[in-house]
Amino acid sequence: MMRWLQRWVPSGRTLVTSVPYLWLLLFFLIPFVIVLKISFSSSQIAMPPYVPLFHWASEKVLQVQLNLGNFLFLVEDSLYIKAYLNSIKVAAVSTLLCLLIGYPIAYSMARSSTSTRNILLLLVTLPFFTSFLLRVYAWIGILKNNGLLNNLLMSLGIIQEPIQMLQTDFAVYVGIVYSYLPFMILPLYANLEKMDLTLLEAAADLGCKPWQAFLRITLPLSLHGILAGCLLVFIPAVGEFVIPSLLGDPGMLMIGKVLWTEFFNNRDWPVASAVAIALLLFLVIPIMFLDRAQNAEQAEGARK
Amino acid sequence: MNQERPWFRIVSLFLGFAFLYIPVASLIFYSFNASKLVTVWGGFSTKWYGELLHNQQILGAAWLSLQVATASATLAVVLGTVAGLVLARFGPFKGRTLLSGLTTAPLVMPEVITGLSLLLLFVTMEQLIGWPAGRGMTTIIIAHVTLTMAYVTVIVQSRLAQMDDSLEEAAMDLGARPFKVFFLITLPIIAPALMSGWLLAFTLSLDDLVITSFVAGPGSSTLPMVIFSKVRLGVSPDINALATILVTIVTIGVIVAGVMMTRQQKAKERDAQMALAANQQMIESLKKA
Repeated sequence: MMRWLQRWVPSGRTLVTSVPYLWLLLFFLIPFVIVLKISFSSSQIAMPPYVPLFHWASEKVLQVQLNLGNFLFLVEDSLYIKAYLNSIKVAAVSTLLCLLIGYPIAYSMARSSTSTRNILLLLVTLPFFTSFLLRVYAWIGILKNNGLLNNLLMSLGIIQEPIQMLQTDFAVYVGIVYSYLPFMILPLYANLEKMDLTLLEAAADLGCKPWQAFLRITLPLSLHGILAGCLLVFIPAVGEFVIPSLLGDPGMLMIGKVLWTEFFNNRDWPVASAVAIALLLFLVIPIMFLDRAQNAEQAEGARK
Repeated sequence: MNQERPWFRIVSLFLGFAFLYIPVASLIFYSFNASKLVTVWGGFSTKWYGELLHNQQILGAAWLSLQVATASATLAVVLGTVAGLVLARFGPFKGRTLLSGLTTAPLVMPEVITGLSLLLLFVTMEQLIGWPAGRGMTTIIIAHVTLTMAYVTVIVQSRLAQMDDSLEEAAMDLGARPFKVFFLITLPIIAPALMSGWLLAFTLSLDDLVITSFVAGPGSSTLPMVIFSKVRLGVSPDINALATILVTIVTIGVIVAGVMMTRQQKAKERDAQMALAANQQMIESLKKA
């Protein structure tokens, strides 16, 4: 009897594990199944605005209506392909810019004295705690035609007429780089801080110039951090909605904006779901890479 | 050590932090501008703050956002701590890879996808079991917990990975049950991490626009939703005033938390040193004996 009980009553461990597990399954994984389901249905004017996939045609016949039309629509209408490609381009360029700007900052932070380091770390994380929306909003005031930057450039006599900066691709890049820079700096810093500096001393003793030592030692050793930082910027940037809609040209095609418009303005839930599924399929591989990189980093931390 | 190029360090740090902070500084500066044209200076004034305090729409949205953020941050810390503990301490088990993936994915998942999928879940659940009836505060809280618990999990997991588990083992050897060990040993040690996790979850919830827009029903507009609809029409000085208030509160909160954590750290180090000294003394006296 006792043995039977022990076998069937879950152990405390299982119970503890199941709490976050069930939450994430219900509110994160199952929703994707539903999105997948709805992406195969056709839209109708009702609430909810789509035709159910399964319905009982007669007493015992379950009818399944699979509608591939939404996906065909994505392929046929060049707008969607363009939006996908443009989003990937914008995200890739922004990731590269973040890396180029973030690496020197993370490097300099990691090589500062311990007390300075803590203050700098606080300063990098502080933007995380201030509203993302308001920080993007700040750039409207800086970039618009009679904004801070144009006024400054004109008063310095560099330009005579204000340059159109707001509602251009340039503004979107600035916005994305600005908002996601901490996501690049933090993993890079965590990686560079752990580096064994005696390696550099050894290289210097053997006659290596500082830039050679950087290229041959520091850079290869920080590849994990670079990878993590790039993925943390790239993946969310592909689906970015707020930045292009506040700073970009209204006609700028980004897939996040397209999804939003399909859902809120056209009320076409099935097409919005198809857009989401297509985006998700593209992002699954980078997300898996990120998970692996983070687990590797954790394991490394545990070993030390 | 690599000190031969201090100028490189100073210049890159200066430029980097200028880039991060000038936009925020400009927001604060122009919130005291008398002119309605946000970037044309028209003299010092605090009238936009007064106007803000009379804007019922913003006040109502702020109140809703505060309630949502408090509830979801608290729930996210509980769930995220459990998830972090499971991932850091339970070793390999069946389904661990999936759990770890499920906690990483919300961090980077584009918000339009998470928002859409959660809304479709809520609609389906309402059709099937009648809950949640309609969309509003409950659905927003659930969505925010799902998003922010991922951040808490990462913080707790990495804190536990750094932590020396010999204390836990010692308690276990002395006969404490796992639950007791967790509440008496582990929890107090990782408390600072939980606090920063709560703060981060709170601010993320307070700030979220995209997911909230999907799962909020009519009549439940949060602060970011109101700000977004105003900002879309262009800059407006009362938003600058609101930004200044929020930035001030957050900065004070983060600094207070930081100071508290440093103090705790120092106290801990002192205790450790005292224990070490006592140990040394004991060894000395044993040697003499």
